[in-house]
Amino acid sequence: MRRTMKVLVAVKRAIDPNVKVRVKADGSDVELNGVKMALNPFCEIAVEEAIRLKEKGLASEVVVVSVGTSAAQEQLRTALALGADRALLVETSAMLEPLNVAKYLSKVIDQEKPRLILFGKQAIDQENNQVGQMVAQLIGSGQATYASAVNQVDGQWVVEREVDGGSQVVALAMPAVVTCDLRLNQPRYASLPNIMKAKKKPLEIIAADTLGASVKEHARLLGVVPPAVRKAGITVGSVAELVDKLKNVAGVI
Amino acid sequence: MRTLVIAEHSVGQLTAGTWSAVTAALALGAETDLLVVGGADASTVAQQAALTQGLDRVLLAQGAMFENVLAENAQPLITSLVRKGYTHVVADASSMGRNVLPRVAASLDVGMLSDVTHIVSTDTFQRPIYAGNAIATVQSLDPIKLLTVRASAFAQALSQPQRCEVVAVEGDGQIASNVRFVSEQLTASERPDLSSARVVVSGGRGMQSKENFALIERLADKLGGAVGASRAAVDSGFAANDLQVGQTGKIVAPELYIAAGISGAIQHLAGMSGSKVIVAINQDAEAPIAQVADYMWVADLFEALPALEKAL
Repeated sequence: MRRTMKVLVAVKRAIDPNVKVRVKADGSDVELNGVKMALNPFCEIAVEEAIRLKEKGLASEVVVVSVGTSAAQEQLRTALALGADRALLVETSAMLEPLNVAKYLSKVIDQEKPRLILFGKQAIDQENNQVGQMVAQLIGSGQATYASAVNQVDGQWVVEREVDGGSQVVALAMPAVVTCDLRLNQPRYASLPNIMKAKKKPLEIIAADTLGASVKEHARLLGVVPPAVRKAGITVGSVAELVDKLKNVAGVI
Repeated sequence: MRTLVIAEHSVGQLTAGTWSAVTAALALGAETDLLVVGGADASTVAQQAALTQGLDRVLLAQGAMFENVLAENAQPLITSLVRKGYTHVVADASSMGRNVLPRVAASLDVGMLSDVTHIVSTDTFQRPIYAGNAIATVQSLDPIKLLTVRASAFAQALSQPQRCEVVAVEGDGQIASNVRFVSEQLTASERPDLSSARVVVSGGRGMQSKENFALIERLADKLGGAVGASRAAVDSGFAANDLQVGQTGKIVAPELYIAAGISGAIQHLAGMSGSKVIVAINQDAEAPIAQVADYMWVADLFEALPALEKAL
């Protein structure tokens, strides 16, 4: 490839989607001690998309970056095993507030100068759905959230987005921010040889406070409670019984 | 204190989610303005919006650049309005609200709270996290508070016979050069909007095919409701993407939710467990959906759905 077409993928270490979440007894937060963690599923889709772009010859290098504790190296290695070329960890033990994460990532983008920055549309833990859009604002890029198809046409990224009530297509100048939705692709599994190879791929650790981002506390978690429990239901045996209950007990029809 | 609500409209009508966002905003107890952004039909929408109870002003930003509301064009307008003296900004947690508001937050150097379900006070809010398995109470420490709210958690604002003032506002007129709208395909549907429908009938993998999904549609039409689907049904091509109910799709809380052939993965439950009455029709009595259902009917879907449609 004549021009370098670097793709940066921002990923998050999050609770494994199959784990049953429990609120801590003191109500301070959810219990994450000893809980299985994984690459956030939407970030996995973003990594897969970057690798496919490279396989199609539309990207020359795939760099994955995460902001978090040193434990996030595990998820970066997963991304490397899936096919990313190298990884960066912006190491911090602070609470991961979206705007602060976006500021760290913007600094990394300044240094790396990618032509495309891919995100998952949201993380399944805090469910903020903010970081990609914030990064786009901070670096002055266009954005396509909830992507269901990503193409390169005449030096632009043409992205189909899932929106309420249908879909939309936008064309973005480079560099652009794209956040990935469920139906963009089906992520592959890492093969054992690739998992072994990933151990030798470069993973650079950057101390967050060396990036010169002006971060601060924007919100404070006061407490967490489990959701209200629905009262136990009953089994109905026939259509007549169901209709009777809906009409005369529940009063909803 | 002053609150700005970002309105959303489609085919010349305010969305149901906008009315809910107004209710959430009014709970803050401050003066409240509603911003209508759009192209040719925006002034009609603004006139309609001015009949909403509790509003002080409707702000109308109209122009060709707002015809298809791109975040890159809406953000400079909203940011400049907020800088003129708003302490709170509220939008529906729709695909548009979620697309635009984080850009506004970054431009103002403040944080943002997504999917708020309860206003505790002017700086403290509740929002579900971890697919609704925990409800967090969060205090914003920023001078300006930006929220998207879950429409299903707030009643729709009422109308009044008197219009409030409609004021024209302008952005800086610069059209974003980093993005270009290409096309849009919206699904035309006579059915009510999924996020705000009084009745939702959803089908899952158990429906087995796109053709069989017509049974779901017929029952929904009989009840005047919306059609929903589980992720499995959407992934199998039985239903359109935007009908997915769940953590990563639409969050619904209708009066009546009927789940047919849906096993009840936690991601699906996260999108519908706030419903007032839940009916599950399933062949498997042990399916997790039974844990949230008020009425569990163990039956063959292809007999049960037509029978229910007939009995109504």
